[in-house]
Amino acid sequence: MPHMSSQANLQQPQKRAETPPPKTSVGVIGWLRQNLFSSWANSLLTVIVGTAAFFLLKAIFTWVFFGAEWHVVSNELNFLLIGRYPEEEVWRIWTLLLFFHALLGLSWGFGKGIMNSIAYTIGGLLFISMLLPFIEMSTRIWIIANLATLISFFFIGHKFPKVKKITFVGWFLSFPIVIFFINGLGILPNVSTNLWGGFMLNILLAVVAIVCSFPLGILLALGRRSKLPIVKYFCVIYIEVIRGIPLITVLFMAKFMLPLFTGGIEVDEVVGAMVALTMFSAAYMAENVRGGLQSLPRGQFEASQALGLNSTYTTVFVVLPQALKAVIPAIVGQYIAIFKDTTLVLIIGLLDILEIGLSMIAKPEYIGLDMEVLVFGAVVFFIFCYLMAHVSRRLEKSLSVGNR
Amino acid sequence: MKKSILVLLSVFLLASIALVGCSSSEESTESSVLDQIKDRGVLNAGINGELPGFSYLDDGDYVGFDVDFAKAVAAAILGDANAVEYSPLTASERFTALQTGAIDLLSRNTTWTTSRDVDLGLNFGGVTFYDGQGMMVRADSDVNTLTDMNGMIIAVETGTTTELNLADQMAKLGVSYQPQTFDNQEAAIAALEAGSVDAFTTDKSGLVSRLSTMADSDQYKILDDTMSKEPLGPVVAGGDDKMADLTRWVLNALIQAEELGITSENVDSFLSSDDPVIQRLLGTDGNLGEQLEVSSDFAYQAIKQVGNYGEIFERHLGEGTVFNLDRGLNDLYTNGGLLYSPPFR
Amino acid sequence: MKNEKSTATPFWRDTRVIPILLQILFVVIVVIVGTFLFTNAMTGLDRLGIKFGFDFLSNTAFFDIGEKEIEYTPKDSYFRAYLVGIVNTIKVGIAGIILASIVGVLVGISRLSNNWLVRKVSTIYVEIFRNTPLLVQIFIWYLAVILQFPKIEEEMNLGPFFISNRGTALPWFDATSGSLLWIIFSIVGLIAAVVIRSRLINKQIETGKITHPGLWSIAVFIGTLLLALLITRSAPFTLDYPSINGRLYEGGYTLTTGFQAMLLALVVYTSTYIAEIVRGGIQAVSKGQVEASKALGLKNSTTMSKVIFPQAIRIIIPPVTSQYLNLIKNSSLAMAVGFPELVYVSQTVLNQTGRAIENITLVILVYLTLSVITSIIMNIFNKKFQLVER
Repeated sequence: MPHMSSQANLQQPQKRAETPPPKTSVGVIGWLRQNLFSSWANSLLTVIVGTAAFFLLKAIFTWVFFGAEWHVVSNELNFLLIGRYPEEEVWRIWTLLLFFHALLGLSWGFGKGIMNSIAYTIGGLLFISMLLPFIEMSTRIWIIANLATLISFFFIGHKFPKVKKITFVGWFLSFPIVIFFINGLGILPNVSTNLWGGFMLNILLAVVAIVCSFPLGILLALGRRSKLPIVKYFCVIYIEVIRGIPLITVLFMAKFMLPLFTGGIEVDEVVGAMVALTMFSAAYMAENVRGGLQSLPRGQFEASQALGLNSTYTTVFVVLPQALKAVIPAIVGQYIAIFKDTTLVLIIGLLDILEIGLSMIAKPEYIGLDMEVLVFGAVVFFIFCYLMAHVSRRLEKSLSVGNR
Repeated sequence: MKKSILVLLSVFLLASIALVGCSSSEESTESSVLDQIKDRGVLNAGINGELPGFSYLDDGDYVGFDVDFAKAVAAAILGDANAVEYSPLTASERFTALQTGAIDLLSRNTTWTTSRDVDLGLNFGGVTFYDGQGMMVRADSDVNTLTDMNGMIIAVETGTTTELNLADQMAKLGVSYQPQTFDNQEAAIAALEAGSVDAFTTDKSGLVSRLSTMADSDQYKILDDTMSKEPLGPVVAGGDDKMADLTRWVLNALIQAEELGITSENVDSFLSSDDPVIQRLLGTDGNLGEQLEVSSDFAYQAIKQVGNYGEIFERHLGEGTVFNLDRGLNDLYTNGGLLYSPPFR
Repeated sequence: MKNEKSTATPFWRDTRVIPILLQILFVVIVVIVGTFLFTNAMTGLDRLGIKFGFDFLSNTAFFDIGEKEIEYTPKDSYFRAYLVGIVNTIKVGIAGIILASIVGVLVGISRLSNNWLVRKVSTIYVEIFRNTPLLVQIFIWYLAVILQFPKIEEEMNLGPFFISNRGTALPWFDATSGSLLWIIFSIVGLIAAVVIRSRLINKQIETGKITHPGLWSIAVFIGTLLLALLITRSAPFTLDYPSINGRLYEGGYTLTTGFQAMLLALVVYTSTYIAEIVRGGIQAVSKGQVEASKALGLKNSTTMSKVIFPQAIRIIIPPVTSQYLNLIKNSSLAMAVGFPELVYVSQTVLNQTGRAIENITLVILVYLTLSVITSIIMNIFNKKFQLVER
């Protein structure tokens, strides 16, 4: 070899005396050298990126703490979060939150691990909002009650692992309970869907789409792999057509075309949007599930056939659990996408958080505060999406899929 | 075996055809929009939602001139002015919403034109507001008439008559300009305030309404030119005369009430009036309500709960408001305006 | 044989018949539901007095479109208006795909950089823009960034570029009389160069003699271009420099505010997804490959470009294809900032003609066609890279 690196030198003990001592690789300086200034090109990169990052951070910092006028958000926080939901019925939403925090606390108690990050984020959010100076006293009490529920149920779940079953039943029932509480369904005073709004609407739309598109997506994926040609091609066409068109086209059809096609049957606007989001999400979900099904080795099918399982049993107990496990990251990615996409309902006139924000900056007293409102919306979404992505990564790691 | 499949197939096909026949024959007995509203107990109204003075969100409730008209119709049909569900619509969505039955009534500063009335399958219920298209520019610009606008970028709302008028007018005047279309007025105004466009054109009432909400309203001016006639009115779906008739006569009732001096406050005192004109209007005599398939006191309910035309105008657009609009053409014919109600008889 | 068997078991229990029965049932349900919806729509349209059909497309549009790549005036037909919208969708789609790929690959590699700061900055970039809704980002870019550029009176002037909140103007090519010949010659030259290069490489591999394939192919290409210059005696194109006339840009090519906002948002949003795919692809290349190339004494950059990337790209292409498709579909959100792409134009046409079903059908068909074309192109790429593999 014509040229020898210093590392090669080190491996030859007889020459060690002649070489300078190795560069320190521990301590602050060592870390800096290794990670930021390992070569002249790297140092240049560090300086350029560092300078740019510094000025950007400084600009953002000054804007957030000195430039921005956050009163638009603090004054209208209620409106942004729950829209036009009647004030005297807000206790229902709080009660629902209590219910969820109880469930979350229980799951946290015996779940630990992944639940930690969720519980910390939610608890942190509650804690921060409790300290906000501009909220009303009753709101503060509700928040404290929620926080207390979360923590106390954590200890219950921790002490009595037997509540596991109850918790699962609770989660299972949560969906109908939510609809009952928010709508009223005749028992409580009815709050019609056109009063549902704000971030609550985004969450509701996303939850319905996520919950409903999951089974639908699995069915479509199985249908696409079915041996029955008609079923197969129907699924193929459905999946490919939906995946080929933008969501706003689907939403537009749901709002303006559905009433035409259903004749006299009236479809509620919010329900229409839910159906559209579900149908849209199901096509993508189907493709994710199909990816999982394809990743399964043939041996799994053959083995279960050899065991004498019929095709239904094979699918439900052998194939699907493994297939779904393999594509958890993709599925969560799709959930995040559909959650973000709920902002598109503003195009069909639903009052989601973005539409409310945009309508607020049209008011004379808030003119020019576009950035504040939009950044608030972005941050709210960011917290939830990041949390979902984080949990998905943790799940991926704990199931040790992904690193093939 | 093949035979049995063929037999089965044909049986199924026959069955399905029969079923389809049933479903389409059911179709023919569809109820009218008016009946649907009564069954539902709620009027579905399409509004702008973002136009101060006409319809916008104030403390979580929609208010404005167009909103009040929808309330008057709800009061006339259901006896309750608050039995309205509002759908905020963009200009380009509004007609589809009506055609497909997503809304019953469109009360959203919509210009009455031939093709909309005929080709789109819509019915116009009269004119609630006589308007004309105007142009807003920066006050410090040297533009005084439309002809000064050569080489400018003009913001216009997509899917509106103003978009079409702009092309017509500028072609007639020989002014070359660059249109920039927006789906909502918010974005157009933001572009004007930032100086990204030179001018914004829409109905003059809309310009005044916008101007009132802008941060530095003295920085802008509205040109004197009126580019077109813009009779704005409520719209209902075509092929259903009952709803169109009702909408038209609720509007007439509001105008007639103003002419007779009947307001929401004094309407009860008119109930005992001997004047047959008033008796027929308020339903204490005659069967006009029955003919329209609503209760006989439909006009009374509308006036009592919402007010007459003048009250609605003054409440949202008149002197007491930030807009301070002159009645102008929107005054009774007796005062030099164009409002004239056919007789209630 | 068959007949015997079918008499033995009743046909409704025959495993070959059941699937067929199920399918027939399925078809019947679909047909019934479909016909129910169809008749409803038809009666609805009938009641309104609207006839179904696409003949309205030849009617005069009467509305103007602010941004057009092809000739269009309000006197043209709705069909022509649609074409303008389609071209605009393709324009933002192609520009978005190219830029998002470049940014995405850069960020993806940065996430694996051995420089801590670069790694963190790229991670933050990805997390922020991936976890917020695209529509919010579009509004932020448009309202808070593009519209805050200097006004046209105090425009920024970077060489031949003009930047203001009227848009950005750049120099653009102007065809000359010789342009067509130039294009023909450069295509011929390019093909000749590629053919000669591959021939020479083959020769080099067979005979072992050094044949300088790169030099030869470049020489051939330059030779053809010189020939073109001799024949046409003019430059291939002239550059048209923009200037400001009053309050409008003149000459050159103007990127409008709506287009810029849309492009920025699409590029930033999609690039985060591409970056993650690129990162995953690179990480999926086994460590042994990197170590082997290090053992061969290859430089870091050579290892990246010749060893890792060719292998990673096979993993990368399929998911990136679906991101490209997403980008094209997401361009429909441009109606929020007034960029007249397909959906925007269709909304305007719909509003004027009231033909809801027809317009929606058109939009769906165009998007499906665009998706299919994109998929086909990416499949060709995919095939090519799969062949390069062993």
